[in-house]
Amino acid sequence: MSQRIPVTELPSDFRGRAEGALADGQLRNNFRVAMDSLMSKRANAFPDADEREGLRELGNRIKAGALSRLPDLLEQLEQKLTENGVKVHWAETIEEANTLVHDIIEARKGNQVVKGKSMVSEEMEMNDYLAERGIECLESDMGEYIVQLDNEKPSHIIMPAIHKNARQVSKLFHDKLGEPETEDVNQLIQIGRRTLRQKFMEADVGVSGVNFAIAETGTLLLVENEGNGRMSTTVPPVHIAVTGIEKVVPNLRDVVPLVSLLTRSALGQPITTYVNLISGPRKPDELDGPEEVHLVLLDNGRSGAFADAQMRQTLNCIRCGACMNHCPVYTRVGGHTYGEVYPGPIGKIITPHMAGLDNVPDHPSASSLCGACGEVCPVKIPIPELLQRLRQENVKAPEQPQQVKGGGAKFSRRERWIWRGWQMLNTRPVLYRSFLWAATRFRALSPKKAGPWTENHSAPVPARRSLHDLAAQHLDQNGGRPS
Amino acid sequence: MSARANILGKLRNSLAGTTPRPDEFDERLVTAPWRYAPEDRIDRLRSLMEAVHTEVHPCRSDNWPELVAELLNKRNLTNLLCAPSKEHGRALQAYFEATEQKVELLAYDQPVEAWKEELFWNVEASLTGTLGGIAATGTLVLWPDRNEPRLMSLVPPVHIALLKASEIHDNLYDMMVAQDWAAGLPTNVLLVSGPSKTADIEQVLAYGAHGPRELIVLVLEDA
Repeated sequence: MSQRIPVTELPSDFRGRAEGALADGQLRNNFRVAMDSLMSKRANAFPDADEREGLRELGNRIKAGALSRLPDLLEQLEQKLTENGVKVHWAETIEEANTLVHDIIEARKGNQVVKGKSMVSEEMEMNDYLAERGIECLESDMGEYIVQLDNEKPSHIIMPAIHKNARQVSKLFHDKLGEPETEDVNQLIQIGRRTLRQKFMEADVGVSGVNFAIAETGTLLLVENEGNGRMSTTVPPVHIAVTGIEKVVPNLRDVVPLVSLLTRSALGQPITTYVNLISGPRKPDELDGPEEVHLVLLDNGRSGAFADAQMRQTLNCIRCGACMNHCPVYTRVGGHTYGEVYPGPIGKIITPHMAGLDNVPDHPSASSLCGACGEVCPVKIPIPELLQRLRQENVKAPEQPQQVKGGGAKFSRRERWIWRGWQMLNTRPVLYRSFLWAATRFRALSPKKAGPWTENHSAPVPARRSLHDLAAQHLDQNGGRPS
Repeated sequence: MSARANILGKLRNSLAGTTPRPDEFDERLVTAPWRYAPEDRIDRLRSLMEAVHTEVHPCRSDNWPELVAELLNKRNLTNLLCAPSKEHGRALQAYFEATEQKVELLAYDQPVEAWKEELFWNVEASLTGTLGGIAATGTLVLWPDRNEPRLMSLVPPVHIALLKASEIHDNLYDMMVAQDWAAGLPTNVLLVSGPSKTADIEQVLAYGAHGPRELIVLVLEDA
């Protein structure tokens, strides 16, 4: 029945995948159109710049405040949820989290799981883990469903199938479900609705993520537009929510600005169709809802990021995706190029703590540092600053203490010597002038190949005369002062 | 050591010597931009909800059952799920009996497991009350309970919601504070701001993804 789903193979490095993506006109077009539209929707959702900036500041304070007492809040959340009848589990690694989820399903002798959209479950590769153990784990968010059906991974955290157009979806539904081909999006969605309704009814367990966990009331808050999240958390007899330890906020009121920031930044909507606040399993006198509710709190590198006061800011993230929507690099190379669960600017700063910087050494430099991501971040994570920090961590010498998991992967002694030489050249006037003299006189001898630069550009050749020379000459001719 | 102890230990270790940041919640930021004159609240809610494909009908306590019958007949619907244990359920039942409506009224009076098939495939519409509305975002607030369970507003393709004009609040924050939600929430609270929708294919908006295709709000102006 269930078998491990092979994920479409892509080149193993960022550069290789980027080259492929850049040459794919269809993909480029799909992303360009989608990102342009998401950017204008966000802009329209924040017509008042003062209101927006005030709210971003508040969002930042709430998240930073929550992180400043994270362990206490997690304990409070656990206590409140337990009082409400929710079972709380803790996992340091994705293996532990998967085992916990599997054990809960096993205890109910379940073999069908239906999942609302959850990035943490993507982190865990839960679908594959459960499939290997004979449990079908079906995605129920339309975009996730499409992506899963085509054995792919999501290319955007909010819009998983954004890289596909209607024709590609039509062909997929035709090939995999035997449906007649149609490019009418409404009809395509109705095919998904019919297929998944049956699955919601049959499922033994529903899995979801969590947008905000509220410590004060012991509540899990989920936002969505489709209703698949409500289905997954209400219809099956067991609901398992999986989330990162950073999602907890102190008070119920805190979610007012955070939800507003999230939905407006992500989709330009004043609010999503559904905001679902779950505070416990079905009570004895109630007629629906799951009999059991579980929360799995996952660390997976987050406590490592937490240990560094600067990198801790990555845990402010509320997963809106605005940084990728506004990123000139993401728009051109698409989500799959990053090769990790979280693509785009936010992916570049959180993945190192999970996978290790040595596994994603090209990520920090796959950025023009234009600053757009930091400017739109609803909780004011200084993404460009953190990218620069990771660039430094990337080239740290092995003898220095590594502050980020897998740091120093790009360290090169040769490069270090070249920079030392360059520094010397630029800090000693005699050396600098002789170099300039030689470089301009013997310009014909300058190297024709300069590493990767000359793969796509012509080699730089020094000018005949240096600016210094020209300026000196100009001053001579014009009597001392510039006119 | 347990995962719990390890995680909390690492976090505490990283915070050693630091003090928690003060609570700097400024409620004006989430209330001041979202204030409306009482007479404008309905219009605000209506225009936002209509923008996301919701039908909003102003009506009165004495004529809404008639409007429900009309809406159902126009769509050729043959049944409606509503709660006979609630005041509005009884009012509707009385009207439907008095006027010999053909639409069958169904009740959600048994656990979902006992009638899942029927609920999922045969129920054509549902009618529920609401706890109130939010003008700022065009939102209905539902607190499902035994009489009107969680799936009642989700599974049937058409959802009709009754909203009392006097229970429309300016913004979510005001409503939470006025009703002291923080003191304790029911199993499930729902904010509903339109029919189910998705833009997952080419960002083209399609309604009726997994939940209701249609949301119809009856605003009781005299209640």
